[in-house]
Amino acid sequence: MAVQLEFLKSILYFSDLGLAELESIRKLVFEKTADRAEMVLLEGESAANLYFVASGVVKVFRTSAEGKEQILSIVRPGESFNDVPIFDGGPNPASARTMGPILLYGIKKNDMEAILRDYPQIALNVIKVLARRVRHLVSLVEDLSFKHVISRVAKILFEHIGGEMGRGPRLTQQEMAAMAGTAREVVGRSLKALEEEGAIKLDRHRIIITDKEALQKIMEVPS
Amino acid sequence: MAEMPVIDPQRCDGCGLCVGVCHCNALALVNDIITIIETVECDWCTDCEAVCLTGAISCPFEIILQEP
Repeated sequence: MAVQLEFLKSILYFSDLGLAELESIRKLVFEKTADRAEMVLLEGESAANLYFVASGVVKVFRTSAEGKEQILSIVRPGESFNDVPIFDGGPNPASARTMGPILLYGIKKNDMEAILRDYPQIALNVIKVLARRVRHLVSLVEDLSFKHVISRVAKILFEHIGGEMGRGPRLTQQEMAAMAGTAREVVGRSLKALEEEGAIKLDRHRIIITDKEALQKIMEVPS
Repeated sequence: MAEMPVIDPQRCDGCGLCVGVCHCNALALVNDIITIIETVECDWCTDCEAVCLTGAISCPFEIILQEP
């Protein structure tokens, strides 16, 4: 399948370029397909390519020494990933895994540098992409460093236990995130942490509070 | 009847990202609107909710206290 010029034009990096310039860039773009749950990038490895998602979704994440995952971003069609190491020359700062079948457009690091030299007008758009990334990560750092989100999630669960007379309100992770003043990704991690603490059990669409006292103890940590 | 994610067809823009990430094939695009195919295979991974930009899919949790 040929790389579509309209798709390249829809990418913020290249949105200010004309058809002739896009045509030259198209020659440097290669396609990569992957199935569900395939690793596309490994954190710490040397960075070879910049990727744009053409179809499908990619999860970008870091893994702790204990094997816990923290999602940094979910990359959707038209968006890029692995931008940072392509420009700073360092290793991949995070891993990336497909969330379903995917089609990626890749550009080799050296080719991207040549594109920037040949078409310096794209630099402003590259800066915009990187600036958005910084803004998103600063917000995530704030959530992870300064907020005891886990105690707030514990409190939310406690306050929304279904009553004896029937079902209590049902909550999505997005709603819990809004209540806790954090990102959905951080709520997902908090629920897993509460499960590891033995306070709750995730059973499909149910969150079962298995140890009320343990949950209350976690709630008492000042947030 | 298996509990399934909830669809808001008014919000669905038919992008199909959720169909691609659903590992149990519980979602399909019918006339450009997401439709649920009931299956016990759905393990509530919530990936469909996570990728949906318009908030058309939700995977709500019921919070219950385990009987002592």
